[in-house]
Amino acid sequence: MSVLLAFAAAFLFATGTWMLLQRRLSRILIGVGLVGHGSNILLLMSGGDGGVSPIIDTADPSEFADPLPQALVLTSIVITFGVTAFLLALGFRSWRITHDDVVEDDVEDRFIARRHETDQAIAEEELAERDQAVEEGRR
Amino acid sequence: MFFLLLLHLVIGIAIVAAGKMLGRRAFLVAAIAPLVTLLWAAAKAPGVLDGDPVTESFAWIPQLGIDIDMRLDAFALLMVAVISGIGLLICIYSMGYFSHDKPGLARLAGVLVLFAGAMLGVVLSDQLIALFIFWELTSVTSYLLIGNDDTNPRARAASMQAIFITGAGGLVLLAGLIIIGQAGGTYRMSELLADPPTGGAVNAGIVLVLIGAFTKSAQAPFSSWLPAAMVAPTPVSAYLHSATMVKAGVYLVARLAPMFAMTGSWRLVVMVIGASTMSIGGLRALRQTDLKLLLAYGTVSQLGFMMLLLGVGEYHIAEAGLVLILAHAAFKAALFMVVGIIDHETGTRDITELHGFGPSWRLVQVVAVVSAASMAGIPPLFGFVAKEKALDGYLEHGDFAGATAVLVVIVLASILTFAYSARFVLGVFGAFGDVDRPVVSRTAHAPGAVFVGPSVVLAVATIVFGIVPGLLDDLVEGATTALYPASEPKALHLFAGFNTALLLSVVIIVCGVLLTVLRTRVTGVQRRASEVIRPIPSGEQGYLGVLRGISAVANRVTATVQNGSLPIYIAIIILTVTLVPAAAFATEIGPLPQWVEEPAHVVLVAVMVAAALGASIVRHRIAAALMLGAVGYAMAGLYVARGAPDLALTQFSIETLSTVLFVLVLRFLPRSWRHRAPSIAAPMRIAVAAAVGVGIFIFALSAGNARSSVDEPSMSEVMVEQSLPKGKGHNVVNVILVDFRGWDTMGEITVLLVAAIGAVSLARPGRRRSDDHAPVFEEILDAGDEPALPEPLR
Repeated sequence: MSVLLAFAAAFLFATGTWMLLQRRLSRILIGVGLVGHGSNILLLMSGGDGGVSPIIDTADPSEFADPLPQALVLTSIVITFGVTAFLLALGFRSWRITHDDVVEDDVEDRFIARRHETDQAIAEEELAERDQAVEEGRR
Repeated sequence: MFFLLLLHLVIGIAIVAAGKMLGRRAFLVAAIAPLVTLLWAAAKAPGVLDGDPVTESFAWIPQLGIDIDMRLDAFALLMVAVISGIGLLICIYSMGYFSHDKPGLARLAGVLVLFAGAMLGVVLSDQLIALFIFWELTSVTSYLLIGNDDTNPRARAASMQAIFITGAGGLVLLAGLIIIGQAGGTYRMSELLADPPTGGAVNAGIVLVLIGAFTKSAQAPFSSWLPAAMVAPTPVSAYLHSATMVKAGVYLVARLAPMFAMTGSWRLVVMVIGASTMSIGGLRALRQTDLKLLLAYGTVSQLGFMMLLLGVGEYHIAEAGLVLILAHAAFKAALFMVVGIIDHETGTRDITELHGFGPSWRLVQVVAVVSAASMAGIPPLFGFVAKEKALDGYLEHGDFAGATAVLVVIVLASILTFAYSARFVLGVFGAFGDVDRPVVSRTAHAPGAVFVGPSVVLAVATIVFGIVPGLLDDLVEGATTALYPASEPKALHLFAGFNTALLLSVVIIVCGVLLTVLRTRVTGVQRRASEVIRPIPSGEQGYLGVLRGISAVANRVTATVQNGSLPIYIAIIILTVTLVPAAAFATEIGPLPQWVEEPAHVVLVAVMVAAALGASIVRHRIAAALMLGAVGYAMAGLYVARGAPDLALTQFSIETLSTVLFVLVLRFLPRSWRHRAPSIAAPMRIAVAAAVGVGIFIFALSAGNARSSVDEPSMSEVMVEQSLPKGKGHNVVNVILVDFRGWDTMGEITVLLVAAIGAVSLARPGRRRSDDHAPVFEEILDAGDEPALPEPLR
């Protein structure tokens, strides 16, 4: 547990975030890797200061480094690897289809956002018809 | 009582499930439910009328003190008589109304029974939460019944409108009921009546409850859904939207008025809303040419009348309200049935298209005249008894502020009621028939006995209870006492002597006749008046305005939030996740820990930082991947320095494997990434990244402190102790993974397996597109007719 390690984790998160905000899948992937390393440091820090390897009969247990965060980090490393492999395959697929690995904006979402005005016009028309019916009812 | 609800549920679902098999006979099956209910009620009636209510209870959520308490007192009995009595007649009437193969018939019949069950639940519940649930069920079933003809857009729109307004009112009602229940310490109405709560919160609660009741009973300004709901088949309109469901609001107000009429603004609100509803409904009814709409606005007006009678918390007046509930159910259901018969046989219900009927229609016309006369308050009919009682109540016992004003409104609105009742009768006789319109009604063949029978029964009831109102004394007096335990209700009379109420009735009838005689002029005045008031939005326009507003806001929110850009989504998520907690953590940082644990760390962190910086700057793909690898190896070094050899080993091998994978894939891709305008400008991205970094830094420091402040033996110490004896292993980390947290590792393996399957299927050589070139974002956009996106969006 030291300011230096806190800084290292924060720095890895910051650069990782920077990469996550890119359009290229391969850069996003590297961002995932960096954020993964950052969180491993955080996990490790949760075990307090380091120590000797937690192997029984090699040292006094009071000198051991905390084993539980180590187990968690081990899981984390392996899972991060799984995610990386999957994303790499995704990038590969993207390249096969579009010859690029850009994560495009969702076209449908854009259309939906743009339809907002069209919808409004249609709705206005429908509602105006009903208004007219109401007027007639009033008369 | 529960068996009755269950019976309705079972019969309703069975009919829906049977589907087309039953055809029109579905209504015969449906009639079982109200018939059994009536028999049951008749069996219980003597005891209940003696002031000995039947109760049943069922512990539903004991932890919250919510039981379903059912209670049949005399008022509930009166409502049950209306619900099941009219329900039975409607079932028979429906056999004449619907053709055998009408689509959706079984659904309609089944839901009608379900509705009847829900409505019984409303009037039998003694517990406010249970009442609310049945209340909402009536809204839902009403929605289904209005929209039963699901291919008709008008029906769908009307059902939406009904559930929007009553549903919103239901939520308000729930809030009000909870406030009252919490303040009173009980949700049972019978207990609240004995000791009604008071206080500021209760004042707010009763206003909320009133709003809920007003939406349900179509009071101004929430009445627009009721005329719109007339698109439903006439049996539904007659049953739900005149005789029963719309009276739920009146029912609730009647139940709570004895407790809260004197509290806060209850009485004022009820008087203002009831009086406006009664007048506006009457004025509007007078303008309609559609017989069914005329009745709908008439119902709105009468519901306002009932509010004025049952809501002011004065038992003499409330007694009149109870009579009005019965009288209204009889005449209004009969009138709706008449309209349904006319509509069914002639295909129109517009009074300008009706030219009178042939002699075989006499019976229908008699029913129409008797029921309309009862509505107008002409002796010796049931409606007259109710109106006399109401006038007498306000004259003799209206000693509270505003009572005289309400009495004036009642008299004026009753004149309108007379006028629109007369308009209805004249319409049925063809007085408004437009000579240029096609004649449809004279040639229409007469309706069958099953079709007319139920309305005749109601008309007979209207006459009998008008001439001998004393038949209902026990029921009405019992119901009044159930609401106001200390009351001394007066017996019902057709003729109570020459008094002021009788004089007012004469005034109402004379003025009503005048309005009817001068009807062309009245119409002219109304048309001019409606021109004047046009700028004032009606309830209907208010509803449409709200719909417009919701749709505009929803569109804008969707366009903003769902903008389709992954980086923006990520930025929002990651900023929220880091900065919101960081604000809390910032207060917990405390003294800074040591700067450096070991000198070796400085070197490793320096490598890490340099490599991470490099990875995020270089444009060369493989170089970036190798830099990431360097970060990984530095991490492995850190693990060694921190006493974690297992981690170091794993990290080394995984990092090597990852780098190989990276190179495998990246060699296909262009060597470097050409620049493309990102969704977020670079300074913004740097700001986000820096903010995240700061957030994590704060989190790391404060979380580290949290650990040192705990004294108890940590879980890790237990694991170290138990590693050898329980796990039979020296390497504690390994024992944790495969033993103490074995299931966790199991899950991890599964995740890896899934990821592997995904990766393999993605990477498998798929078919290549023949044109060797798939459309990308810009091309999709350019191809359509859609205008090009504005520059900032691209």
